[in-house]
Amino acid sequence: MAAAPNDSPPRSDGERPGGPGRRRFLGYLVAAPTLAVAVSYGVDVASPRRAAAALPSPPQPEEIFDLGDVQNLAAAPTSGLISVRVNSDGSASFAVPRAEVGQGMTTAVAMMIAEELDLPLDKVRITLADARPELLMNQFTGGSNSMRSIFVPVRTAAAIARRRLISTAAARWDVPAAELTTKHGVITHPDGRTATYGSLAAAAAATRTTQVDATDVQLKTREEFTILGTPRGRVDAHAIVTGRKTFGTDLRVPDAMPTMVRRPPTIGGTVAAVRNAAAVRAMPGVTDVAVIDHGVAVRAATFGQCVDALRALDVEWGPGPVDGESDATVLAKLKKAMLPMTVPSLPLLAKTIDAEFTFAFASNSPLEPDSAIADVRADRAEVWACLKAPIDAQADIAGRLGLPQDAVTVHVVEGGGSFGRHLFHDVAAEAAEISQKMRKPVKLSWSRTDSFRQGRTHPMCVSRVRVSYLGGEVLTYEQRHTSVRTDFGHGLGEMLSATAAKLPIAGNLSLAESVFELTQSSPYDFGVTTQLLNEIPLGFETGSMRNIYSPNVVCAQELVVDRLAAAMGKDRVAFRREYLKDDRLRAVLDKAAAEGEWGRSLPAGVAQGIGVHAEYRGAVACLVEIDCRPETVNRPIEHGVTGPRVTRALTVVDAGFAINPRGLEAQMIGGMNDAIALALTSSLHIKDGLPLEGSWDDYFYTRQWNTPLDMRVIVMPNTRDTPSGAGELGVAPALAAVAGAYARATGTMPTRFPINHGTLGFAPFPVEPSTPQSPTDGLDRSF
Amino acid sequence: MPIHSFKLNGTQVTVETEDDVRLLWVLRDLLGVTGPKYGCGLGVCQACTSHINGKAFNPCSVPVSQIKPTDEITTIEGLPATVGKELHPMQEAWIAHDVAQCGYCQPGQIMAAVAKVKQVRAAGREIGDADLDELRNVCRCGTYSRIRAAIKDGAKQM
Repeated sequence: MAAAPNDSPPRSDGERPGGPGRRRFLGYLVAAPTLAVAVSYGVDVASPRRAAAALPSPPQPEEIFDLGDVQNLAAAPTSGLISVRVNSDGSASFAVPRAEVGQGMTTAVAMMIAEELDLPLDKVRITLADARPELLMNQFTGGSNSMRSIFVPVRTAAAIARRRLISTAAARWDVPAAELTTKHGVITHPDGRTATYGSLAAAAAATRTTQVDATDVQLKTREEFTILGTPRGRVDAHAIVTGRKTFGTDLRVPDAMPTMVRRPPTIGGTVAAVRNAAAVRAMPGVTDVAVIDHGVAVRAATFGQCVDALRALDVEWGPGPVDGESDATVLAKLKKAMLPMTVPSLPLLAKTIDAEFTFAFASNSPLEPDSAIADVRADRAEVWACLKAPIDAQADIAGRLGLPQDAVTVHVVEGGGSFGRHLFHDVAAEAAEISQKMRKPVKLSWSRTDSFRQGRTHPMCVSRVRVSYLGGEVLTYEQRHTSVRTDFGHGLGEMLSATAAKLPIAGNLSLAESVFELTQSSPYDFGVTTQLLNEIPLGFETGSMRNIYSPNVVCAQELVVDRLAAAMGKDRVAFRREYLKDDRLRAVLDKAAAEGEWGRSLPAGVAQGIGVHAEYRGAVACLVEIDCRPETVNRPIEHGVTGPRVTRALTVVDAGFAINPRGLEAQMIGGMNDAIALALTSSLHIKDGLPLEGSWDDYFYTRQWNTPLDMRVIVMPNTRDTPSGAGELGVAPALAAVAGAYARATGTMPTRFPINHGTLGFAPFPVEPSTPQSPTDGLDRSF
Repeated sequence: MPIHSFKLNGTQVTVETEDDVRLLWVLRDLLGVTGPKYGCGLGVCQACTSHINGKAFNPCSVPVSQIKPTDEITTIEGLPATVGKELHPMQEAWIAHDVAQCGYCQPGQIMAAVAKVKQVRAAGREIGDADLDELRNVCRCGTYSRIRAAIKDGAKQM
């Protein structure tokens, strides 16, 4: 194995206040009944390195707020700040301006606070902050950025709080603060006196908000950590396994009755006429029927009665923006829009490899159907939803309702998955529209079929690659990625616009081109390298899906790298070792090859594949084995897709500093199962302006009978003091590895993904009514 | 409106609603029992999996009129009481393996796991990979490998 990348001494990366490269933090004691410490927020804690920068760092707080203006601060003491509170029961609480959708953010933030406060982890309570417009783009969950942006500010606030508790105890006991120690939420003096944080919380509170000197606050170093960097279970694990964790539709908001929508037979269709609204309004349980922009809403005592009502509606529909589009028409438009290769003429004897890969539309729908609660009154509104860009949602919903932004309260609810879907607030805006039209609170849920057919999609794309080589040298690498336009949502769009001047990109690129430039860079030293994006606007409602371009771009790249290695007579791993530019990538590759027994003997029809990827300042290698033998491919599962099975999967990840290795491992496991689905089974088939998929037995996300029996994740020793992004990191290399293994096992490089897209493996639900009726035979299938 | 009665998590309950309203909505919307989740309403995703007289089933696919007054419905909320403990061994295994990510599917996963272990035992076997492959519960976060490990461990304590 190569030299471990963590041989170098720990770097501070500016973590030590006052250290080199350190940006100044402003700390505040906030007037409150018990101790509350706030810090300015939005500081870029990591070095502004260009190559692996997934997204631009948020702007510095001093550029957004005039935080030096003490009078303004006195008037709005927590404006633009995030605050850690210590409560009289000895707990600490923090409202994090991020969304929790399963990625483990709340657990990681609780660990940060517990670490710097010297408090047991179970004494930290994390909630999700309402939309706070003054935080601007610093309340945005996306681009695997949360941990990177929160890591230092939150710890600083906790460290200031700890210092304040110590000084309060020191004053009470009339001893020097330096003599006091803290452990498990208790302050101890060598003479035996002790005080719990809870007993000091009120005394430590400030009576008026004041700025505190944070420059000498010492954050713990990596070596001093006892919680950060250690494997921890989720803080909400108990609530989850007992059914007590509360999701959007579990909330009880007075009079917010179940509401669903009858939807048009094509994406974004409109309502021409409703012929039987009065009759439907008279159905059992139904209270209201209202025509909205893209459907007809019904409100009833139960969601089941909503389904009955929406199915009974007789609606005449108007057209939508993509009525004429199907898979084939979209593909033809993509191929026409492909940018030409640009590399100049090559030496006479140079050889080239050309390849083109098509990736089908895919759904980013989580398991929890899109849902939101809205209570819209004449002069104000209140909305509950899982939102990764809640400020943008607040502004947009206010605009649609004709209310001032500050009259709309937006509560961020924990989500049952996201995968890109909750970057958008489509369902929250629709709930608000319905509530306004019905003049009643509503609890809106899209049906499962709505979520697949009318929800956002990751668009179809085509990636074309050309490489040239001569002798033992790779001369050029060109990639042209062509996609239906991906909507990034206003949250990300505004963040990028606001930081446009800082982007390390030349020229006047479009938003999509900017994102492509920021996220895609070949990890190989392949001579003249160009990677370009072209997007075509087609009217589909699109969005990113557990990252943006990387799974597709990297899959195409790695398949061509495999072919290149074969053409140059080299082993796939040895070839990558030779051409990789980054030592951290080389280290994870070597670890994967060693631990995954690269090159071991396997039966015909079973093969290994390898994929590597660096993004979000992390590095990952995946090694998988796939079984493509007929007895496996054709194993029978009722209403389930089988096909090739990935039998062994290994992911090796270098996440810089792994805040919670157990949570990181979970993200890699999820990434692998996502990749298996993208490679083998899951896609949307677009026909005449609508996806055919309507349930989880149509949209074939990985199931138990597809998942590897041997799933392993190795977290590399920390190579940095700061965390990389993790939520999306594992999907791209895993997809590449599965595709490469399939190519090896079958002898044919796949060029269309997922590989089973050409066969429709299910009978589609009717296009109308838009939501199928629930079955009645559940007791027959009990076990 | 028709009146329906059944035993829910150890308590006899009565509810007034139309015959064809699926049990999931009776539990969630009328009785406020929200452990069983709505993931599809089509009997596919299994997020609502609960027990009827000890067997796993999907309340989204059963009209309430099919439930008899003597039927015992157990949701995730009532699972610990079936073993007289704070937590069922399967729930403890879920925590020990840190199975959950978003958590939305997990009540259904746990209820399906308990029933599957019992079903396999009744057939005279211990749970194996072929049995686990039969579980249809969708986990869109992709925690399947931890689910499998937790079920094998939880089964040992059952």
